[in-house]
Amino acid sequence: MAKAAKEKTVSTAKKINVHYLTRVEGHGNIIAEVDEAGTVTACRWEIPEAPRFFEAMMLGRTYHDVHHIASRICGICSIGHQLASLQATEEALGIMVSEQTLALRKLALHGENIQSHLLHVGYLVLPDLLGVDSVIPLATTHREELLHVVKARAMSNEFCRLVSGRTTHPQRLMVGGMAKLPTLDDLHRLRTILVESLPEMRAVVDLFAAVKGNFPDFTRETEYVGLTSPSEYGLYWGEVASTAAPRRPAAQYQDVAREYCLPSSSAKWARGADGPYMVGALARFNLNSGQLHPGAVEAAQKLGLKAPCFNPYYISLAQIVEVVHSIEDAVILTDRLLERGLRQEKAPVVRCKPGRGVGAVEVPRGILFHAYEYDENGRMTHADCVIPTNQNHANIQKDLEALTPLIARQDKAAVELKLSMLVRAYDPCISCSTHRLDLSEDGLVRFVPAKKADPK
Amino acid sequence: METAPVTLPSNETCLLSAKPRIAFFDFAGCEGDQLQIANLEEKLLDILAHVEVVSFREIKTGHADDYDIAFVEGSITRPEDEARLKDIRAKAKVLVALGACAAIGGINCLKNFMGEAFYREVVYGPQAGWYRTYAARPLSAVVPVDAEIPGCPIDRLEFARVVKELLLGRTPWLPDYPVCVECKMAGNICRYDLGKMCLGIVTRAGCGACCVTEGAHCWGCRGLFPSANLDAARQVMDNAGFDRRQVQDLMRFFLGDTRAGL
Repeated sequence: MAKAAKEKTVSTAKKINVHYLTRVEGHGNIIAEVDEAGTVTACRWEIPEAPRFFEAMMLGRTYHDVHHIASRICGICSIGHQLASLQATEEALGIMVSEQTLALRKLALHGENIQSHLLHVGYLVLPDLLGVDSVIPLATTHREELLHVVKARAMSNEFCRLVSGRTTHPQRLMVGGMAKLPTLDDLHRLRTILVESLPEMRAVVDLFAAVKGNFPDFTRETEYVGLTSPSEYGLYWGEVASTAAPRRPAAQYQDVAREYCLPSSSAKWARGADGPYMVGALARFNLNSGQLHPGAVEAAQKLGLKAPCFNPYYISLAQIVEVVHSIEDAVILTDRLLERGLRQEKAPVVRCKPGRGVGAVEVPRGILFHAYEYDENGRMTHADCVIPTNQNHANIQKDLEALTPLIARQDKAAVELKLSMLVRAYDPCISCSTHRLDLSEDGLVRFVPAKKADPK
Repeated sequence: METAPVTLPSNETCLLSAKPRIAFFDFAGCEGDQLQIANLEEKLLDILAHVEVVSFREIKTGHADDYDIAFVEGSITRPEDEARLKDIRAKAKVLVALGACAAIGGINCLKNFMGEAFYREVVYGPQAGWYRTYAARPLSAVVPVDAEIPGCPIDRLEFARVVKELLLGRTPWLPDYPVCVECKMAGNICRYDLGKMCLGIVTRAGCGACCVTEGAHCWGCRGLFPSANLDAARQVMDNAGFDRRQVQDLMRFFLGDTRAGL
């Protein structure tokens, strides 16, 4: 870290205003100001995204429509939102799903995690490591390397299509089961493309192992929160684990993700046991790396990723490791389904009754909670969605506050790039997160108050 | 107006440069439609050979203000959105509404049936009074729109076709018949015969009846087709035994900016 601070010392005073950070989902701004003495006078992460009021839009809707509404919260993690929504609804209505449905849902989640992770590391992060503004020029300069990413991603699109019907807002997942099953041919095809993608992923791992030195060397330990399961690398369900607190069931999500208001800013923040915390691939890796499949362990070794890892830039590396794990786990799930065969199962009889349920799923960007209450007619009376990106906002702010003084004396472009890369590392999904807002005096929405850095 | 006719401006303004410059923008939405474009994979590389992408925040750093075609995703929900959209309209020779939120208002319009004070209170609690928003609306409520690529999400192949037509200087074509036509071709059993409600009878085709084929029903995400008969549709639903609330629930899901949701 000290090394990073010494790299270049050109001009000291600078104002950085990244208005609409690019290569992230949604609209966010980074503001940083450094004075002549090299002191950081402002440093913040702002969200000017339009709010969409999803929790209100779900009210009064019947239980079979709710997950289709939840899906539209986010185009990239629509499957994750559907799954968390279905879990919450099924718990409220007392519905158990079959083993077959469970396996198909886990597959759907793997497909989406692979697709989202590869989009992030391959198309959004890789350009920074190779010094270009987007993936487009890489099509000519690094065609061979890029083709491995494109092929692996094409596999993930096909994966989602085979299991869920389509990649965005799929129609097959439903309360209590599946509206349509893949065919056995689909599953055989899935197995084939999964296995064929492993060499592509090895090439992707090699590529990132070669360029990971371009990630800034910055560490800040924080609290890491994610699902954990005794039997597997926790993704679809489990208890909520933290590096700073005892495990808890998802039903107690409000104790895990403690939302609170600040006197200076009424924006809701999420606080864990020790304050801001991180969710997502690196948090999961830090909590559960012992349960990764062998190929993923090998990928982590090649990438030099070891738990616990406190460098937030390495979220991207953890995502690559998770992609390999998800491919391996999907092969196992597919084999199990092929072995037992697919059955057209009868949809469970739903008896509407008043009830409450909480769903918790590890979606690409971290742990997602949906909590619902239904009335006696199966219509929703209360909804609360706690989104991974919201849980990360305060941690992003803390990272920015810790990093900016270390690099304050570098030239403006370098500071801007490192701060942008830091926020981008979290793969923020801002469309998801815009139901928690604070309007400041200048018309910008802030998750965090403008804060002066400690002058010492 | 329930369906914006798909017409381009006069030929003069339509003249695009040899390698048109295209830009992507978004308002209130999930960015799922831009994701479909990223998901075109190899086809995207083919398209990129014929256009220059000057602004695409989701995947590209850097932005330029001179563009020929603007693809705009999302609904208009705030006063400040209007100014930004008008600015985009002024700069673009062709403005294309991308996806249900932009083309028809889509799912965002669900909140239009609630009091503003109510939905703000539900989501923001004590801070309910702070944030200015209004009823969600499609782009065409604020500026003229030259072409639409409807759907939630858009069909990526339809996107590729519309881009091709625009590059050829043609007016992009959208089917003007209901989803039922394609649903029959897909060999699906009518949802009404299965005792389910379906909006295929009033919804613009072009999706291949994908949701019905996937085991669900049509939600109306592509908007009403030009001569959709809502009275007849309500009668079909009534005859099939669905009550007013059930009909309303489905009609409001995507069609909240039309008379259908009332």
